[in-house]
Amino acid sequence: MLKDVTLGQFFPGDTVVHRLDPRTKLILVIVYIVALFAAKTYAAYALVMIVLIVCVSLSQIRFTTIMKGVKPILIVILITGILNLFFTQGEHVIFRLWKLTMTWEGVRTAALMILRLIMLINGTFLLTYTTSPIALTDGLELLLSPLKKLRFPVHELAMMMSIALRFIPTLIEETDKIMSAQKARGADFDTGGIVQRAKAMLPLLVPLFVSAFRRADELSVAMESRCYHGGEGRTRMKKLTFARRDFGALILGAVFLAAVFALNRVWK
Amino acid sequence: MDPIIKTEKLTHVYGAGTPFEHTAIDGIDFEAERGEFIGIIGHTGSGKSTFIQHLNGLIKPTSGRVLLDGHDIFETKERTRETRFRVGLVFQYPEYQLFEETVYKDISFGPKNMKLSEREIDERVREAAGFAGLSEDTFEKSPFDLSGGQKRRTAIAGVMAMRPEVLIFDEPTAGLDPSGCKELMTNIMNYREKTGTTIIMVSHSMEDVARTADRLLVFKNAHIVMQGSPSDVFSHVAELKTMGLTVPRVTLVALRLRELGLPIPKDIYTVEHLKNAIVQLREEGYHA
Amino acid sequence: MDSIIKTESLTYAYRSVEDEHPRVVLQGLDLEIERGTFVAILGHNGSGKSTLAKHFNGILLPLGGKVYVEGIDTSVEETMLEVRKRVGMVFQNPDNQLVANVVEEDVAFAPENLGYPPEEIRMRVDDALRIVGMYDMREHAPHLLSGGQKQRVAIAGVLAMSPKCVVFDEPTAMLDPQGRQDVIRTIRQLRDEMNVTVVLITHHMEETIHADRVVVMSDGKIVVDGPPKKVFPNVEYMREQGLDVPETVDILYELDKCGFHYRLDALSVDECAREILTAFTGAGA
Repeated sequence: MLKDVTLGQFFPGDTVVHRLDPRTKLILVIVYIVALFAAKTYAAYALVMIVLIVCVSLSQIRFTTIMKGVKPILIVILITGILNLFFTQGEHVIFRLWKLTMTWEGVRTAALMILRLIMLINGTFLLTYTTSPIALTDGLELLLSPLKKLRFPVHELAMMMSIALRFIPTLIEETDKIMSAQKARGADFDTGGIVQRAKAMLPLLVPLFVSAFRRADELSVAMESRCYHGGEGRTRMKKLTFARRDFGALILGAVFLAAVFALNRVWK
Repeated sequence: MDPIIKTEKLTHVYGAGTPFEHTAIDGIDFEAERGEFIGIIGHTGSGKSTFIQHLNGLIKPTSGRVLLDGHDIFETKERTRETRFRVGLVFQYPEYQLFEETVYKDISFGPKNMKLSEREIDERVREAAGFAGLSEDTFEKSPFDLSGGQKRRTAIAGVMAMRPEVLIFDEPTAGLDPSGCKELMTNIMNYREKTGTTIIMVSHSMEDVARTADRLLVFKNAHIVMQGSPSDVFSHVAELKTMGLTVPRVTLVALRLRELGLPIPKDIYTVEHLKNAIVQLREEGYHA
Repeated sequence: MDSIIKTESLTYAYRSVEDEHPRVVLQGLDLEIERGTFVAILGHNGSGKSTLAKHFNGILLPLGGKVYVEGIDTSVEETMLEVRKRVGMVFQNPDNQLVANVVEEDVAFAPENLGYPPEEIRMRVDDALRIVGMYDMREHAPHLLSGGQKQRVAIAGVLAMSPKCVVFDEPTAMLDPQGRQDVIRTIRQLRDEMNVTVVLITHHMEETIHADRVVVMSDGKIVVDGPPKKVFPNVEYMREQGLDVPETVDILYELDKCGFHYRLDALSVDECAREILTAFTGAGA
């Protein structure tokens, strides 16, 4: 059932990883991604992987759970792998078949690329698994707040994100309900060709859009009734504060990034 | 006579094997006679909604069977699909499922899915609109321009147009104003009288089901805990209250009168009943 | 009269794009709501009740006439927040008025908008949640609550502004009997224990029997205004308005037609039973 689908799932817990300030975690994920793409040597890759494994272990989230995040984009990963496998120029040819050439360089690049993508997803999922959506949007808003000076709508963006998160379960439930209602009138969502199926979606999509607009309308009235007038002068009940562990984590992050660059030079 | 629809040990478990496992209905045995009007009451989460969605095959049971005219509706895919047309289901707030450009087209959505002829469809649309209390000058309007009450009638006509043998309503009067409620209930009663359709109605309005149903089912925690005629069910005031349900206020008045010493029968659940009981007392020359 | 809300010949019309004539929904309406009272507003669909309610906190602004909240003109932009924090509003669909995906974060929304310091917000949130009986569920996600619970969270979200008046626009229409009872109990508690002025728009006649005053609207005008004991005995008139009367009044009305001479103003079950009894104890007919 659609209800069972969860997006941006959060697993509450009480580990160091959970307790870190969301801003720290956002910065560290960026550091991690930079390091992942900067890594050029086996040694650098190994370091990134070790750091990932340590972080996941600290979060007490099972590795199988973390790997589940890879599933939806498995095809993208495979295609990237195959493209790299055959289109990498190299001297050590393994075999030639018609116009396709496979080289040792190709195998190496493909393997590293797949590994990189998987680790990229693992890292970002660790963030969403250990940080509540609210903390995440709060962290993002605060991190981006310097951009407010450039008239960038930081508050509005964060508010939109958190409202979207709030309404995802409601809209999923609604989709489920409308689908059932149309099926009760004999609608068929599962059979037929592409055109037929696209047409069959109309009885689902029209009511869904109408309802989403109605909800948006009612929500905006309710928000205004509760004195919402944009981000100006707005305070928060829960203030995010940096603890000592956050500074520690950020220093470790910097050391990690430096180490990756160093390993890139040392091992060629 | 054989029941038109019947369930045997019907059980449904959501999220089996996950930490969120939840038994919505548990071993429900149920039968409806042809032409019967059955009211279902019970608080939110008691399993009513899950139950009615089994009756037209929208939800598959975890175990147990649903029999329509003696045949298992999940036997083949074709039979399940056919069941959708023979057992109509009007969801709560059905106006939120309207999608076509005109009222006429929206009502004909069901019959079209049944692959009927143009003429047959036209006949059914007009008939259903009449039953639902919708005038034909709305046919070319967009359903989104109608009033709330008319939208609901359009959606109900859309299900009636399939000429189902069993018609299930989930809270058909929710959110309507008092005169809207009354008119819609009258429409449904007339429809039943003229077509002989079996009606199953889930309702939070005890007054509505008290007046109309032949038999009431009370759902609680995945089970049917009470059933019988409205007079049977509403005589269990105390039990209903502990289930978070109410009884018609007139039943409470009758109860209070009995406490005050007036010999009023126990099974009072409409204003009409209480009136008759009291008029009769006067005719008997009763004096307290 | 110490009025908290006052409208003076309030007029409003919706403009539709196609029609040349705007649809008039409020026609020169005068209404005063006294501080600390419980006022129920009834009327058939389309009678203008919700439009009127949206004027009480400046969501809609009058096309003609004025609306004052504690003397503040709602059409003055600068004092809009002063109006909105005095008059809170709870709507029909609980799903469409909850903003956050944690109960306590949602209740904090209004005080956050008003710029209170964090400690004070915490206090207001905890107090509001205790009043509606949802404190133990403060860390839950709203979409996992029942309709009645969601609606109580919405009430807490309004109470966190410490409003002087709360307007309820069909708050029980989407709830089951249990949820309905809980919400009505909370509404009565606001008036009785916290001296909050309550305006309740509803289609359920039974919910108005504890009101101090019932206002009936039709075609954008007030057609009846008085205490429920005076309003409901006009059974035929109420039905002409597309409304109904409590069953307790209905039964007395029906018996009255059969030659019993009853007062028709019984609102509680006990009052009704005792009135019926008079016919058999010699005191009545």
